[in-house]
Amino acid sequence: MKKIILYIVLFFVSINLLAQDDIYPAGPQKETIIIKNGTIHTATGAVIENGVLVLKNGKIFSVGKATSESGTIIDATGKHIYPGMILAGTDLGLKEIGSGVRGSNDYNELGDYNTSIRSLVAYNTDSRVINTLRSNGILLANVDPQGSLLTGSSSVVQLDAWNWEDAVYQADNGMHLNIPRMMQPFRRFFMMQQGTGGGNLVQEGISKIEEVERFLKDAKAYLNTARKTEINLKFEALRPLFEKKQKLFVHADISRQILMAIDFAKKFDIDVVVVGGSDSYLVADLLKQNNIPVILNAMHNLPVLDDDDIDQPFKTPAMLQKAGVLFAINDNHSNSRYRNLPFNAGTAVAYGLDKEQALQALTINAAKILGIDKKTGSIEVGKDANIIISQGDLFDMKSSVITDAFIQGRKIDLNNKQTQLYERYRHRYGIN
Amino acid sequence: MKIKLLLAITILLCGTTIVSAQTTFPVNDVADARTGYYAFTNATIVKDGKTTLDNATMVVKDGKIQAIGKIAAPEDAVVIDCKGRFIYPSFIDMFSDYGIPVPQRTSGGFNFFGPQQFTSNTKGPVNWNQAIRSEVNAIDLFSVDAAKAKQLRDQGFGTVLTHQKDGIARGTGPVVLLGDEKENLLILKDKAAAFYSFSKGTSTQSYPSSIMGSVALLRQTFIDADWYKKNKPQKEGLNLSLEAWNNSASLPQVFESTDKWTDIRADRVGDEFGVQYIIKGGGDEYQRIKEIAATKAPFVITLNYPETQNVADPADARFVSLKDMKHWELAPSNPAYMEKEGISFAISAADLRDIKSFLPNLRKAIENGLSESAAFDALTKTPATLLKIYDQVGSLEPGKTANFLISTGNIFDENTTIVENWVQGKQYDVNKTGARNLEGQYKLTLNGTEGSNNYILAIKKNNQANVIAKDTLTAQFKPDGKLISLSFSAKQQGKTFLTQKPDSSSAGRLSSGSAIRLSGVDYGNIWEGVGTDANGNTLTWTATFEKELPGKKDTIRKKTTAALAKITYPFGSYGNEKMPEQETILFKNATVITNEKEGRLTGTDVLLRNGKIAQIGKNLPTQGARVIDATGKYLTPGIIDEHSHIAAFSINEGAQSVTSEVRIGDNMNPEDINIYRQLSGGVTTSQILHGSANTIGGQAQLIKLRWGADDEGIKFKGADPFIKFALGENVKRTAQTTGNARFPDTRMGVEEVLADAFQRAKDYEAALKSGRKDVRRDLELEALVEILNNRRFITCHSYVQSEILALINVAEKYGFKVNTFTHILEGYKVADRIKQHGSNVSTFSDWWAYKQEVKDAIAYNAAIMQKMGLNVCINSDDAEMARRLNQEAAKTIKYGGVSEDEAFKMVTLNPAKALHIADRVGSIKVGKDADVVLWSHDPLSIYAKALYTVVDGTIFFDREKDEDRRKSIREERNRLIQKMLASSRSGAFTVPVRPTAQVVLHCEDHEQNEGILEVDSYDESL
Repeated sequence: MKKIILYIVLFFVSINLLAQDDIYPAGPQKETIIIKNGTIHTATGAVIENGVLVLKNGKIFSVGKATSESGTIIDATGKHIYPGMILAGTDLGLKEIGSGVRGSNDYNELGDYNTSIRSLVAYNTDSRVINTLRSNGILLANVDPQGSLLTGSSSVVQLDAWNWEDAVYQADNGMHLNIPRMMQPFRRFFMMQQGTGGGNLVQEGISKIEEVERFLKDAKAYLNTARKTEINLKFEALRPLFEKKQKLFVHADISRQILMAIDFAKKFDIDVVVVGGSDSYLVADLLKQNNIPVILNAMHNLPVLDDDDIDQPFKTPAMLQKAGVLFAINDNHSNSRYRNLPFNAGTAVAYGLDKEQALQALTINAAKILGIDKKTGSIEVGKDANIIISQGDLFDMKSSVITDAFIQGRKIDLNNKQTQLYERYRHRYGIN
Repeated sequence: MKIKLLLAITILLCGTTIVSAQTTFPVNDVADARTGYYAFTNATIVKDGKTTLDNATMVVKDGKIQAIGKIAAPEDAVVIDCKGRFIYPSFIDMFSDYGIPVPQRTSGGFNFFGPQQFTSNTKGPVNWNQAIRSEVNAIDLFSVDAAKAKQLRDQGFGTVLTHQKDGIARGTGPVVLLGDEKENLLILKDKAAAFYSFSKGTSTQSYPSSIMGSVALLRQTFIDADWYKKNKPQKEGLNLSLEAWNNSASLPQVFESTDKWTDIRADRVGDEFGVQYIIKGGGDEYQRIKEIAATKAPFVITLNYPETQNVADPADARFVSLKDMKHWELAPSNPAYMEKEGISFAISAADLRDIKSFLPNLRKAIENGLSESAAFDALTKTPATLLKIYDQVGSLEPGKTANFLISTGNIFDENTTIVENWVQGKQYDVNKTGARNLEGQYKLTLNGTEGSNNYILAIKKNNQANVIAKDTLTAQFKPDGKLISLSFSAKQQGKTFLTQKPDSSSAGRLSSGSAIRLSGVDYGNIWEGVGTDANGNTLTWTATFEKELPGKKDTIRKKTTAALAKITYPFGSYGNEKMPEQETILFKNATVITNEKEGRLTGTDVLLRNGKIAQIGKNLPTQGARVIDATGKYLTPGIIDEHSHIAAFSINEGAQSVTSEVRIGDNMNPEDINIYRQLSGGVTTSQILHGSANTIGGQAQLIKLRWGADDEGIKFKGADPFIKFALGENVKRTAQTTGNARFPDTRMGVEEVLADAFQRAKDYEAALKSGRKDVRRDLELEALVEILNNRRFITCHSYVQSEILALINVAEKYGFKVNTFTHILEGYKVADRIKQHGSNVSTFSDWWAYKQEVKDAIAYNAAIMQKMGLNVCINSDDAEMARRLNQEAAKTIKYGGVSEDEAFKMVTLNPAKALHIADRVGSIKVGKDADVVLWSHDPLSIYAKALYTVVDGTIFFDREKDEDRRKSIREERNRLIQKMLASSRSGAFTVPVRPTAQVVLHCEDHEQNEGILEVDSYDESL
């Protein structure tokens, strides 16, 4: 009888689980949470063994070796405590099914000058992908609009929300620009004898960039005009950029594209971030001199060229670190859908980056680049209680199992569609 | 009566000229028959590669050579004095499309997402496939192209074998002479050779869409033609293409290739069907000259060297690969390599951007080591012999066609010019001006109002002149055939031998009115004419040759002495200068992950000998082995990737839903850099699978990652053959925007495609077994019959539970087993049924959500299937991820709690089992292949790096030596960039940089993260 009841219960549980509808966003933190006995990685460079971390009213109340506070105690013996990871550039919540289901996609808008486009308004908090990131320790994401040239504003969202108004963490923090390809057409390996085909892509790229520059100049002039007869929404949308309340995220991979990004920073006196940055190691010193940070998209990528060092993308972070460039490590791998972010950092560690530096690349560096470092990105008193606890080394997959996660002190549900389907079929087969 | 008959016979015998003088063509003029009777006297006559006659005479009549030797000129012949001249047989180009219209393609070919054309658009009773055009006889299309003929004659050619460069079977081509007479008189042989290639040319039919598809079509057509000949099958009806194929089988068979691997591929197809192709090479044969020589094929090679690229900007130069730059440097050595290796080859003027570069490029080949005699043979005797026309052209012999060149000297010397090119006894001028050597010192006498003035006139290089009075004066000098014009200023200060082109307009530098201007006629050693002096008064003048100029006559050709790029295996970056060799290796004191019941052994030694694992134990004696200290390190079997798409030139033959006839093994690319990159990730064996474009794809090829081996050398020999199947979205072409026309369009249809294919295979097998003699061998069904008989095994791309069950049902109905379900992301839903059927499974660790059919994919899939007792593999399907398969395996620990030992087996022993090679590889066991990896850390950790990757006891990857390779890449790149810049500066034709793309092929299944220079496989439409 007991068994039957159990089965009935399980049955209903399964039905509910399938829809992912019983994974509720958590309410505001009420009780003080004290995380004890774990190793705290603060992302400021410090590692506190047997540390005590107190979360109160959604904020980090204290971090150290002891506390006099009382509250719910989490014993983290043998575990590691980190700031929540930040996905620095993504189409999360805008793209559901990668290919073949156009209706599920809202990440790519038409038009060259989409400065007034905002990713935030299309961000779908009910995307099935989101929960699979939380359970791997990713708590914040910068959601980018994609497109042709100027693609619009990204916003930072927290990944435990009912809707986008609820999710917003920092609205419209970045304006996004794609630098054109700027490379001559390929030489085909089957067709060695063929002519160049097509025009001069470098020149085409440069003229497109010049058009963007003219657009920005027009915008600046417009914004300086006191009395306007007509409101230009595209130009209005650029006001925060010129006032340095927003950064220009320039998507650039090869060195010539990155040089263009630096040029934008100088010409318009704006804050520029390079996104992508495959060849950033080639221009690292220049990036450092101009204080341009980099979001590295392409960690688990092939080298750009046959002749490149076979481990180039793996060691690029260590090279940027050495050159003093501020950088974040991202994950834009659309087949595994961004949840391998910590392992990208793990690879960087295997190829020369220090573990705490690698942690910074996923947390405080990303926060600085996204303009949210006052609120989050490290375990420091007063910051938002965005915290994850891992069974072991976060960067090494076999031990990287997140047991607890807090967004603004709210303990979030780590289930997701995949864990639910896992349960469903464990149930079917009666296996552990 | 008798006398009459005798007379008639006499006329017939002796009077052939009289009879043959008749033609059907009416003359719109007064008849003007000529015999063309010439005697070329005092010439150096190069009869052939072996015989040169000095000061000899050649007699030509009626377009034929009548006599050659130290003979007197016949009295009734026109005598042409060739003193100082050389006479050569003119050249033969056996790979031309001269006089044949260039075929135009009406629209694009196969595109994975594009529209499809299933049948041929060619009208008439021809072959089913539009690329089989054996019925084309280029003689029917031929017409004289006077302008092109002149261009070819100017480079020394007199005879060409022409054809229409279109299709896989291209039909026949005639040998024609490069005259400008009626076509009727120019045909040496109407069907001299048959032509083939792997390129379908203008065919708009979808099939074939890949290199391996082209190979399959060619092979099947061999079979079809033979079947057609033997059976005259009623249901086939008349097939002109197959008839023509059979009729041209006895002709020389010329195969157009594009590169060294295609050369070898073509030769293999020829070998299979008893044909020795004459291969028109791609110019990179030197990179694999031993393999090329082993084909025993005669070659036609071109002199189409890569252009100099503008590498001045480092941002541009970065994208030009070492491989391309090395080829740029070494391409002119290709003919020399062919000669050294004893390969029979002809040289063609095909593929040149500018035909005028032919002779200069030929000289470049000679500078790079080609002997003059080999060059000469390659342009005369070799092509003539290959085409069986050596009795008519290719040397100077009485009775042969009077096709010859008159040049000013040795044809291979830089300063030699071709004066005339005679075709069939008819004279064509090539370079009269350049031919007349004016160089020398002349006495110039001006007779004018001021009396007679004498100067010394020095002419150099036919276009530079100095007039020497008190000073040396630079003159403007312009010889124009028979006419001479000369001007100089008596006041101008000049430098000796200022370089000036004859028609450059530097005359403007002379102040007007001060120049003495002369115009006259060249009478040989005396020039004579009229002119005006500096004051405008008329004068007469003569210039008389006095003596030759002092100094060197010919610039001595500099042989290239500077170090050239090394040929490495592979030819591009990270290649081996010398192939690594099998060694006896002792790994000391390692943690050994055996994958056997011993599990992990600590502090253990492993000895590799003769390519096998020889001994495992503690404190093994050195036994002369190379000892590698493995203390603190991990020794494991090499990683085996069940699903890979590297190392091949094409992956998908998606033009039909069933293409079991195509074979990945027909188009291996052993130079794919990803082989080396994956060695650095510990991979030693990969199954290279056909893509997922269609339901029944092509035959797979198992390889070992022997970096530097050739396309046969990388194959894993002796393994069971596999074939790729696919289900679901890709085969119903979901992602394409233009609508799908290819059956099937639903999973319902996919199931029927499978059932239909196996039903046809069963019927085919029954027909074969019945002993009927008229059964056509069908390569497509043959592969399916192998499946039915457990001689070929299926790896099936699959995602959702419905399609998995559907295939299992078809398999069980037709009595075969699905060996492996690959991807199988919903395998966890039907793991019990898969287990019951008995399949292996091979999946991704954590991919999902990239399309509708993977929205229920879960990272726990592998763990569930493993716990359900399936043999689970983790595969890559991704050139990048394959470098980290050990980490992918480790994810099954995180997702689902698989034990460490079982997790590691998913990328080693389990794929070995799935591929039926577990007796050879997959674990550390005495007697198995020495395919091992030494890791810096536990390979299930993200921090682990492969330090050594060993295949068959040969170290193919050594992380320390990798540093040396990087260094040499940097140095060699720098040297070549500098050399290219210098070449640019010294005036070489220079083009903008052409980035070298990395071509990464895959299923077209999902977006993948590759380098920036990735080219999608489907950009390449063949």
